[in-house]
Amino acid sequence: MNEQLQQALMDRLVAMADDEVILGHRDSEWTGHAPILEEDIAIANIAQDELGHALIWYELAEPYTGNDADSMAFFRDARQFRNVQMVELPNGDWAFTMLRQYLFDAYEMALLTRLMTSQYAPLAEAAEKIRREEIYHFRHSSIWVERLGLGTEESHARMQRALDHLWPYALQLFRPMPLDAHLVEAGFFPDPDQLQTAWQDVVLPHLKNADLTPPDAEPIYAHRHHHTEHLVDLLADMQLVARSIPKAVW
Amino acid sequence: MSTSEQLTEDAIWQALRQVMDPEIPVVSLVDLGVVRAVETDGAHVRVVMTPTFSGCPALHVMRALVEQKLQDLGAASVDVEMVLNPPWTSDDISPEGREKLRAFGLAPPPVHQGDQTIILQPQVTCPRCGSSRVTVKNTFGSTLCRAIYYCLDCQDAFEQFKPL
Repeated sequence: MNEQLQQALMDRLVAMADDEVILGHRDSEWTGHAPILEEDIAIANIAQDELGHALIWYELAEPYTGNDADSMAFFRDARQFRNVQMVELPNGDWAFTMLRQYLFDAYEMALLTRLMTSQYAPLAEAAEKIRREEIYHFRHSSIWVERLGLGTEESHARMQRALDHLWPYALQLFRPMPLDAHLVEAGFFPDPDQLQTAWQDVVLPHLKNADLTPPDAEPIYAHRHHHTEHLVDLLADMQLVARSIPKAVW
Repeated sequence: MSTSEQLTEDAIWQALRQVMDPEIPVVSLVDLGVVRAVETDGAHVRVVMTPTFSGCPALHVMRALVEQKLQDLGAASVDVEMVLNPPWTSDDISPEGREKLRAFGLAPPPVHQGDQTIILQPQVTCPRCGSSRVTVKNTFGSTLCRAIYYCLDCQDAFEQFKPL
């Protein structure tokens, strides 16, 4: 593997891990606050799964970053994170949280399905493992999109509002990273444009069935090193214990 | 066992059959199918393990329990290696393991051989009365590997080990 391919691989692995750890943290903020007990349990499980997936990606990146998963999650600052902005946005209401989860789950299903045939074997193996767990997430968030989209006037209005807000952010998932071309050429990672097409083929009909219409809005097309102010607050919370007592073991 | 005796792979497997899942203390790690391979030169031991769910918090406990058990057995060193390939599936749980799950009150996962229809809509029977008149209450439960069901005959809730 040449140096540029290694760099490209590391950038992508860290980006995937950062998406998972930040989304997992947002999901975990619902613990004890979800609208019903069943959902409190479900979202806590989903949060824990996402952290497990982040751990796998960070560990695959470790030979290149030289840092273990804890250092990556707890001892980097906002400007060093490479997650998309969608996952760092505050939770909003349940419609917003479930729609974000749905848009992300659909992206992950499309991505993992393609990564299973990656020419980089560790990536293919991890994708096969993670996809099995993601099936449960995707079904769960898909059902919520229908339930709220086709529910009451109020639930539909909230879901449409969430979609108007989130859609431009979701498209950032498909913005190529600067060195992606090397990964695509090596067969390590799918072409982001094709990934977006595959995602839309699933998401657009499902949203339509749920009576929801994506807005005709410009994508938020920021680079992954640009963040909203919300990430700083999130990290302050997420990293507090690890940074207060760096050598703690439990 | 004194350290001068040579460890055998059989003895190691036997010892690992006594190491229970920290969250389901009736099922051993061998029943669960997470121990993939064991090698020894008689003193040093290498164990290859695989996680059930990737975010399972019991994983590091399992690892520590295995190391402790084999040190107690007389191993000079224990090296536990975690692998993801091939990924663990609930089909890897042994028939004995499934029976122990049922006796513990956890409905065992159906054997699915990768069939997603079975995974997403499993036929589940109540581990207490055997009734198939059950309804799913939550596909997520008290741990990553459990779902919550309700038995219409017992009129009580029970948990299922999720198919994966």
